Order: sequence, then structure tokens, then C-alpha cells
Amino acid sequence: MALSISLTVNGKAVTATVEPHILLVQFLREELGLTGTHVGCDTAQCGACTVHLDGRAIKSCNILAVQADGSSVTTIEGMAKDGELHPMQAAFKECHGLQCGFCTPGMVMSATSLVAQKPDLTEADVREQLDGNLCRCTGYHNIVKAVVQGAQAMKAAP
Amino acid sequence: MNAPETPDTHRMIGAAVRRKEDYRFLTGNGQYTDDVVLPRQTYAVFLRSPYAHAKIRSIDIAAAKEAPGVVAIFTGADMAGENVGGLPCGWLIHNIDGKPMNEPPHPVIAHTKVRHVGDQVALIIAESVKEAKDAIDLIEVDYDVLPAVVDTATAADPGQPQVHDEAPNNLCYTWGHGDKAATDAAFAKAAHVTTLDIVNQRLVPNAIEPRAVNASYSKSDDSYTVYVANQNPHVERLLMAAFVLSLPESKLRIIAPDVGGGFGSKIYLYAEDVALTWASKKVRRPIKWTCERSEAFLTDAHGRDHVTKAELAMDADGKFLGLRVHTTANMGAYLSTFATAIPTILYATLLAGQYATPAIYAEVKAVFTNTVPVDAYRGAGRPEATYVLERIVETAAREMNIDPAELRRRNFIRSWPYTTPVGLTYDSGDYSGLLDRAMQLADVEGFPARREESKKNGKLRGLGYSCYIEACGLAPSNLAGALGARAGLFEAGEIRVHPTGSVTVFTGSHSHGQGHETTFAQVVADRLGVSMDNIEIVHGDTGRIPFGMGTYGSRSIAVGGSAIMKALDKIEEKAKKIAAHLLEASAEDIEFKDGIFRVAGTDRTKAFAEVSLAAYVPHNFPLDKLEPGLNENAFYDPSNFTYPSGAYLCEVEVDPDTGETRIQKFTAVDDFGNIVNPMIVEGQVHGGIGQGIGQAMLERAVYDNESGQLMSGSFMDYAMPHASDLPNFDVETSKGTPCVHNPLGVKGCGEAGAIGSPPAVINAIIDALSPLGVTDLQMPATPHRVWVAMHAAADASAARGASTPA
Repeated sequence: MALSISLTVNGKAVTATVEPHILLVQFLREELGLTGTHVGCDTAQCGACTVHLDGRAIKSCNILAVQADGSSVTTIEGMAKDGELHPMQAAFKECHGLQCGFCTPGMVMSATSLVAQKPDLTEADVREQLDGNLCRCTGYHNIVKAVVQGAQAMKAAP
Repeated sequence: MNAPETPDTHRMIGAAVRRKEDYRFLTGNGQYTDDVVLPRQTYAVFLRSPYAHAKIRSIDIAAAKEAPGVVAIFTGADMAGENVGGLPCGWLIHNIDGKPMNEPPHPVIAHTKVRHVGDQVALIIAESVKEAKDAIDLIEVDYDVLPAVVDTATAADPGQPQVHDEAPNNLCYTWGHGDKAATDAAFAKAAHVTTLDIVNQRLVPNAIEPRAVNASYSKSDDSYTVYVANQNPHVERLLMAAFVLSLPESKLRIIAPDVGGGFGSKIYLYAEDVALTWASKKVRRPIKWTCERSEAFLTDAHGRDHVTKAELAMDADGKFLGLRVHTTANMGAYLSTFATAIPTILYATLLAGQYATPAIYAEVKAVFTNTVPVDAYRGAGRPEATYVLERIVETAAREMNIDPAELRRRNFIRSWPYTTPVGLTYDSGDYSGLLDRAMQLADVEGFPARREESKKNGKLRGLGYSCYIEACGLAPSNLAGALGARAGLFEAGEIRVHPTGSVTVFTGSHSHGQGHETTFAQVVADRLGVSMDNIEIVHGDTGRIPFGMGTYGSRSIAVGGSAIMKALDKIEEKAKKIAAHLLEASAEDIEFKDGIFRVAGTDRTKAFAEVSLAAYVPHNFPLDKLEPGLNENAFYDPSNFTYPSGAYLCEVEVDPDTGETRIQKFTAVDDFGNIVNPMIVEGQVHGGIGQGIGQAMLERAVYDNESGQLMSGSFMDYAMPHASDLPNFDVETSKGTPCVHNPLGVKGCGEAGAIGSPPAVINAIIDALSPLGVTDLQMPATPHRVWVAMHAAADASAARGASTPA
């Protein structure tokens, strides 16, 4: 029983017909080919699937595609502008906040949303608020540094 | 940061160069195996056993085959009928009596019996995952459920359910290492013996990218191309082609694209890799499988799972006289690719640690149980050895009332090379220097005051040490072979210089987070004077790269980097000949520095790009002496392991009301020899410490004894470390003692953090709790376990108080 949905993804209007059971992450990856959003678990805990839905960081594995009808979705592919990294992405690179890169899109999406809510966040804030994003490679040390540095850069950006 | 200062500012080696690979990962343009979708793609799902141990009486796939979208269904019987081999074990261990280990069959898909929850029973291929899953529900399997055995310590006891007919008493082997007689003699004359019972608990590696495979068959040349999230594509190809599917290797191409973490779990030849490859020819369409997380818990090789009794004999001054270790190691239901070497070759050989203990003996019993197979997980045997040693040393210090740093100093090895009684020759080191520095960085002097402060706030503060050494940079092939390895452990590197002077490097190493695309380019940039932007590192594709053994065992820079250095030597030698031809000089008179070839003592030069162009536009070459082209490869086989070492200190605060432990400070000082990229090295240590703290405080794979079910089967129940669980780390990479036997002087750093950290954490918690009478604690030190230990100690001391005569 396919349903028609219309939404904006990374600034572009998208119309599609989807089965009701399709998760947003599946829609993004399989229908739209936006494979930067990753699946790392099946209990909505790892956060590798994090995207922005109407400006809020959400886990796209935990929401049906049909629930995104009429909404605006931003994925990791929508963060850099004209090939230039978003300040948070640049901070992750500068601080070596990624190793294998698999959790990274989710981390960047969570971090930018967190900073939007709390621009003057501390390291402690970051550790607490990144509770929904797992990383197995970095031990989080450089991710925390990257988010704090990214926050400063986002504040400074025009 | 603290990298050794690079004397020459435009040298790349030693610089914290930011990573070339980051752009694609940060912008969502990485290509991981699940991202690959091929034309006419089909999707695979595996039917898996819900029982830990059962006979398969029958499998009825009739209804399932008719389900919508189903392309094919295969069972173990189908594979057995076509002589598909079993999954091989790559390391032969012998029993103490000389008999080879028991090696039961390891079918790709279970045929007559299932032996762990999650064991493959059937492969369903359909037009979509959903249709495959709907079809699975229609498969009827008639199981004859059998009793299961899961507990490591008792698996070999008489009367236990037998996992394999070929392994009576569930024994794989009983192996011994060291000098039993000398060790027993040492114990006989000891002034003090410390004994410790240790459980090194089973862990699940849980790389964030689940395993995935996409296998396709090409009818035009009867060949296969397999994308797989794997750490060692050539090994995968050799095992699958030669030992399982009887294919010529030239007909099988393995591509490991971007891989999201491995930690050992993506080394092995897995059933799913083989089943999909085999089936892709049957259905003549590409087949894709991506592991779900709860499925990963049941199928990825698990780590650790040792039960050990250790004894340390000392004289009255705390000098170590002998160490005696008995370990039972769980192999799981089947032998995974390297399983047998982990609790033997990679474990017992490290039991000297940093100490000059003269006599050591270890006996290791490997057992089968109805659990997921166990194999290497970050550290692979060395965390287990370090945990035994550093826990028993600190316990001994407490028992003998000697400061734990002092006890170590009394026993440190102080001159190199040093040959240990367990078979390794450490080439270089400075253990007491590392400990001095770590104690300084950790401000051990200020600890008593900090403890008092904590006490005033109602908290218990503790400090714990761990001085580790590890053997990595695997491995000298002849030594490995003598120890039972069925493979060599060299590495391959090919340098292809293009006419315009840019360079492509083909390496048998594989990066799944380690940053080789950057670090290997740094090595090449320094030697050839070519900019980092003009150097491309290619890894992960057997179709493009000469045979290499892949990445694990902290071997990439030490062995892969050395192969590249040897290839660079050949490039330099040939390039000099070409330059000599161009400059009309003799090759011996040509100097090469910073990308310029110069006739010694003159100002006559040629740039690298001029030489590379000439190599491919070989006008007037003396072709009898000089071939065109500038493309060389090398295979490097190391002459020894490398021996990184370090001193770690952990400071904790325990809440006596809740048992909750917070790490206040974690200090790590490591000697990795020479460093290529200090930023990447520190990142490796951070990640390793994160996993080590995970083991020490949070993680445990739990099986139910009765049913054999994995109780900790998802991220809901298995406590992965979150950012809020871990502190910042104070990591310093010491200037170090360069490795004496490889061209870069490097030792490797990928596993050290996971090896050195668990004992430091537990020693710290016990130090905090020792005023209450707690002397031991098993990992993970969850708040509940800490609370129980505190109360048990209080009850014990109350009982002692009650029995004291008035």
C-alpha cells in the first residue's frame, strides 16, 4: 500500500511513493542514494543515522519515511557548501575527530544541532549530549575537542 | 601534543599532517560495503539457529521457495553436495604430548547440527530484504534440541555436553610454554607467593559498521568480485579460493572498500562471505548482505574469554623468581581463522612483560562451547597477558607492602637486547624512563593530598599502575611458521611513479580507521620529495595490489611501511640510473635529496618529475643496461616482532554509597619508537584506551548457562562506552627508543591502548577500596560489583571482629 510523500532534502524538493514500513534512513540511502547517513545498530542507540528534521537532530532509523512528509531534512551531504566544509566538519578534520569515518556523519549532525541549541557549550555538555552517538575508534577524546572548536567556529562564522 | 620535534620543517615524517581521507568521510562520500548496489542486485538474509545446540532433523523450504520475490534458498546440504570445504583455521597448535590440536569441521552453513545461537541454517536470496525476511518465516526446521555448554571454566569437565564428536571433553588442545621444571623450582624456594584468579571476560568488538558483503559472478570470464568489509583482502581471497571453494585465485577478486572499524573482527573468513560468493554463480546475479546489529552479536567473532589462575613467586625483597599461569581459553563453537594462536603464541610469550623474571611456565587449555567463535580482538592475547601480569604484580606489591612503582623498578629489564624465558628478544626499550615520566605527568606526588580531599567529600580515591609491553608488527614468517602459522606474515608494497611525477602506492595494508592514506604518503613524500597531494595510497583491492597480509596486530607501519621503504630504495636506485643517463654521469656520483638528483659536487641537477618523464619517454636509453619505466615492488618480512611499551596510570574516585567509579585522570606514556604522525598515533592510543576502559568497567558478553542464549544481545544490554563514560586522556608519546630492525625505526601503536589500560583501571579501583579490605575485583567493575565487593569486605571484617575474643 504505497503512500506518496513530499519533502525537502538538502534544500531540494523530493516527491516519492514509499511503502509505509520504510524507515527514513532506508528512504535516504536506498531511494535517494544519499549513503552518507549510516546504519550501525537496530535499537536506535548508535546515532550513525542522525539527520536534521526541521532543524532538529533525530535518528532516521527511528522514524518512518512517511512521517517526514511535508518536512525539511538535512543530511551530512547537505552540510558542506560548494565543496567548502561546514565549520563543524572542518573542526573534526583539524582535531582528528574521526578515524574510520562511519559514526562521523551522525556525530557532525548531532554536534551542529547541539551547538545551535547551546552555542557556549562546555566539554562536559558535549560528553553528556553525545550520549546518543557511539564511536568505537576514537575514545571520544578528539570528538569532544572537535565539537568545542566547531562551536567556536560556528559562532565566529558570518 | 608532544611529538619529537622534527629537525627539518619541510619533512613530513613526524608531522601532525591532517588526514587526506577525512574529506570524503566528513561529507558523506565514503564508500562502505553496504553503500555498494550493483545492477540486478539481490538481497540475502540468513536463517539462524535459535538454539545453542541441536540436531537438524529436517529443513522444509518448499513454502518459502514460493514466497514472493524469492530468488533461491540454499542449505548446508546443498553446499555439502557440491564439495564446498569448511572454514579453515590458520594456526596449528600442538598439545604438550606433541599431538596436533583437534580441528573439527567448520561448515559454512550448518548441515546436521547447530552449535551456537546464531549458527547459519539457510541462505535466502530475494529481490529485497523484506521479501527475504518474509520468506524466512515460512521455512520449517525440525530441531532436536540438545543440552548446551557455555561456561569456559567447566566446559572440559567430565559429563558436559559434547560440542564436537572429534573433540572429546570439548578440548581443542592443551598447550604448554616455558620451563616447567625451572618454574616449579623457583616456587619451591620463594619467600612469598601471590595467587590470583582472573576472568578476562568475553567481549563483543562491535565496530560501528556492521559486516557486509556484496558478491557477484561474471559469466564472461567465470570470475567473482566480492566487496566485503574486511581487513585483509588477499588473505580472504587465499582462504576462500584455495581452501573452501576450490577456485583459482585469479578468478576471485576481493575488494575491501572503506571499512568502518575492524579491531580484529573483520579479519576472518566468515561463512557469509563464502556463502554469498558461492551462491552468486548459482543465481547469476549479485547478492548483497548486511549484518544487523543483533545479528552481529551472534556472528562476529567475540574476543578474550579466558579463565586464569596465576601465581607469582618472589624473594623477600620482591624480586620475581617465577611466574606460573594456567589458562582456560574459550574457542567458541568452531575454530575461527586465528583463534588458536590468540591464547598461545600471542599470549604466553608476553608473560615476562617488562620484567626480568627468570622462570615462567604457562599451560593453556582451549575448549569448545556452544557459543559464538572467539578470535582476535584489539590486542589479541596481549591484553590478556598484560592483565594477568600487571594485576598480579600490583597485588603482590600490596601483599608485600612495597610501593607498586618500586616493586616494578626492582624487576625491570634494564639492558637490551633482552631474551625472555618465553621466547622473545626485546630489541630496545626504557621501561623505568617511561614510568618516571608517567608518574610525573600523573602527579603521583600530589595523590595523597587528592585522596584526603576526596575522603573529606565522602569519596574513595585510588591510583593504579600498568606497565605493559607488547609484541606486534606481526611477524617474522619463519618464526611464525615454526610456531604453527599456516601463512607467512610479510607485507607488500608497490610504488608506481607516473610520467608526470605523481606517485601511486599499492599497499597490502588496509586502513579501516588508521589513516594510512596519510601516513604512508608522508613516508613517500619525505623520500621522493613529491608533495602529499601528488601521492595516492591504494589499499584493499586484490585486483590492484600484490599479495599482502593486511592490517591487524599493529603491523601496518612496521611491516607495510617497511615494504614501502624497500620499494622506495628500488625506485631511488633506478631513478638515479635514469638521472645519471640524463646528466651523462655515473650512477654512483648521483645524490638524491628533496626531490632533486645532483651530480655530486656540481650544480648539474634534474628534478624528480624530469626523471619520471624520461622513464616513460626513454629516448637514447642504454636499453641493454636500463629498462624504461619507474615502478618497483617489494615484499618485506620482518626479522623480529616490534616491542612497544608504556606506563599507564589511572586515578579514580569511587562513590561508596553507589559503587559508581569515575575516572579522574588517565595518564599514558608510550614508547612507539619513531613516529610518523603524532596526531594519528595519539588517536590510536585514545581509541585503545576507550576500549580498554570499556572492558574494565562496562562490557561483558553474557551467556545463560541453562539455555545457551546470549543475554547481552544488543546495545540495550551490552554496555558500549559512551562519551559520558570516558574522561579526557593525558597521552604522551615518548621520544622513544627506535626499533633497531626496520628501516623506519617504528614499533606500531594500534593496540597498545587496549592492552595497557584495563589493569590500570582495576588496580586503581582496588587501591581506592583497599582501606575497606577489598583485595580483588573482576572486570567489568560495574557499580553493582564494586558495591558488592565493598559490602562483602565489610561483612568479612565484621565476622572477623565478631570472632575476635573479647
